[in-house]
Amino acid sequence: MADKILMKGNEAIGEAAIKSGCRYFFGYPITPQNELPAYMARRLPNEDGVFCQAESEIGAINMVYGASASGARVMTSSSSPGISLKQEGISYMAGSELPGVIVNITRGGPGLGGIQPAQSDYFQAVKGGGHGDYRTLVLAPQSVQEAVDLTMEAFDLADKYRNPVLILGDGMIGQMMEPVEFKRDISPEDLPDKEWATVGNKGRKPNIINSLSLQAEKLEELNVRMQKKYQQMKEEEVRFETIKTEDAEYVIVAFGSMARIAMGAVEKAREEGIKVGLIRPISLFPFPDEVIGMVAEQARFMLTLEMNCGQMVEDVRLAVNGRCPVYFYGRSGGVVPTTGEIYEQLMEQVRGEKE
Amino acid sequence: MKVVARRPESMMDKPTHYCPGCTHGITHRLVAEVLDEMGIREKTVGVAPVGCAVLAYEYYNCDFQQAAHGRAPAVATGIKRVHPENFVFTYQGDGDLASIGTAEIIHAAMRGENFTTIFINNAIYGMTGGQMAPTTMIGQKTTTSPYGRDASQAGQPIRVVEMLSTLQGAGYLSRVALYNNREIKKAKKAIRKAFETQKAGQGFSLVELLSTCPTNWGMNPAEALEWVESNMVPYYPLGDFKTPEGGQDQ
Amino acid sequence: MIKEIIIAGFGGQGVMLMGQILAGAGMLENKEVSWLPSYGPEMRGGTANCHVIVSSERISSPFVGEPDVVVAMNLPSMDKFTPQLKKGGLLIINSSLIDSEPQRQDIRVIKIPANELAAEVGSDRAANMVALGAVVEKLKFVEVDSIISSLKDNLPERHHRLIPLNEEAIKRGMDAARE
Repeated sequence: MADKILMKGNEAIGEAAIKSGCRYFFGYPITPQNELPAYMARRLPNEDGVFCQAESEIGAINMVYGASASGARVMTSSSSPGISLKQEGISYMAGSELPGVIVNITRGGPGLGGIQPAQSDYFQAVKGGGHGDYRTLVLAPQSVQEAVDLTMEAFDLADKYRNPVLILGDGMIGQMMEPVEFKRDISPEDLPDKEWATVGNKGRKPNIINSLSLQAEKLEELNVRMQKKYQQMKEEEVRFETIKTEDAEYVIVAFGSMARIAMGAVEKAREEGIKVGLIRPISLFPFPDEVIGMVAEQARFMLTLEMNCGQMVEDVRLAVNGRCPVYFYGRSGGVVPTTGEIYEQLMEQVRGEKE
Repeated sequence: MKVVARRPESMMDKPTHYCPGCTHGITHRLVAEVLDEMGIREKTVGVAPVGCAVLAYEYYNCDFQQAAHGRAPAVATGIKRVHPENFVFTYQGDGDLASIGTAEIIHAAMRGENFTTIFINNAIYGMTGGQMAPTTMIGQKTTTSPYGRDASQAGQPIRVVEMLSTLQGAGYLSRVALYNNREIKKAKKAIRKAFETQKAGQGFSLVELLSTCPTNWGMNPAEALEWVESNMVPYYPLGDFKTPEGGQDQ
Repeated sequence: MIKEIIIAGFGGQGVMLMGQILAGAGMLENKEVSWLPSYGPEMRGGTANCHVIVSSERISSPFVGEPDVVVAMNLPSMDKFTPQLKKGGLLIINSSLIDSEPQRQDIRVIKIPANELAAEVGSDRAANMVALGAVVEKLKFVEVDSIISSLKDNLPERHHRLIPLNEEAIKRGMDAARE
């Protein structure tokens, strides 16, 4: 416990990146993620690293592209409208098979929206986001500690798959302070060289980083190869937490901050003797279909809770595949529901079930 | 027997896809000769644009990245920040650099990013089939200015080196033209100077090359060269607009 | 045991720091803690509040819907957060700036003239520490020693000369709450 420090989510994510060997950060101001670039601007010069404030989110993600293709671990962060601007670059990174970690401290939308916490970028995050047939790994932390742990994992996964990884947080995760500990500290020198990186072609043929493929058959080959990666992710990288699902009659599915709030409602319901459980997807892509399908066999219903108007619920329904009814409750625009409100929603469904 | 001409080591032994009479091939070669002469090929990373030169990476014998439309200066920033000891250049056309990528080029120059930009100004979008560019001349007909560019609708053509020359981060800015051998020699000198600026760590460097697009201009190669001299040069004056030493030479 | 607290005032009263010190103190005692700030477009002078939870068990939502304790450093804060208090919850009022009464009968109320008491120890800017002292006294969940340690952790180095003054302010607040 002595090693724990109280840190804001945004800053803790930055420190986790540094302790993962990331020395390059390119960003652009937008609330509620500003503490992350500011933290990197403060820290990176002392670590022989580079912080560069780009001219735009578009500039930032393309700097990430260049730095990643040069073999470095690199990060950018933004919030919803800025993440939309980054989608072009993320698609190019996916197509060029470049690793990189992108943090979305989500705020309410659409358009300029608001600055309060939301989960309304779920579709954008898990279905690709930009143009073309690609996916990014998406990890959704529910606490500052988990944001740290997942950021560290994100760098490893990005390198493992040569694919962008998205940390999907929200204003609550970014702004809140909780005790954290950093379980590792690796320096860039500890990391293996990337033989595909463009660092000068002394003694070898040129390395080309590229997503252009004018021959349809060649491009299809790339797509097929990428699909194999996504398949491997589905086999190896599904992450979730189940709480009290063993005997659950009613099952809540929620991720990130919403799962934290739902947890309070589950505890309250259990005190009343109602058998409620919670499935919390941690990786949103790949999605934990299997466990949701399995639990659906025993559940009388599933209730999907989100801070949006109903996005993940579509994936839950696909996973449940008709085994039980799937209901949805959400708040949007940056409204964070209370535990009491969630409990009431749950009980309403339970009462409806019993009638 | 004495060898009087040979392919630069920095170029691949591969025919380019460029149209007959297009000056891209000349520019490719000039850059390759400079890389050879400076002995920096193995330490150079190029950035290809979206545009006719999108396949530039197939012709150079050095590491290359291909960037999204207009984003080459941001990509080059990322590369150079990770490996400041390497040489980095972007190769961009006028649609790429002066239209969709204006923010990226201005801010790379403003930050004084220590890389070199080879800027092809041929007053038109080539690869997409001859649309109006920000550099298209007044009255010039393109598929999207079929009655000729009208200043009241599309404004006056943008002069990139003049615009960038207000920025202190830019170390070397020059405009050259490729319409005859004398000018081509000057162009090579400017490209060399740009890479030397980078070598000395003197900030952002850019060479604008007034180039041809006979296919989309609807001319033969000789007419196209003549058109550069008689129509483009008067509007786009040649010379060094900014040098690390602080001088101008127009 | 779980204690959920909302601390509110206007920007510049140091309500965010109060919350951070409290959460930090809980952490030093190996308790589970969270601190969640309000954040808005205004940089200065607007209203500010933070949600603090100190708990002996895992904290579910860091968002406090029904606080056990509300600290109101100014009138708009009292008006906004009094209705949210749990039945039987505690409202700590900065009576230096609030002269009206809360509209609820089912809560406990203590009034602390935080600005005056702070001025007595040397600076009315330490009003937040006086109020924090009152929280510590009434909460009976974190030790004052932890609060002092956390104060040192949370105060930037350049302000460390103010630590004795802040300690004194905390103690004044505790005394006032005890009376």
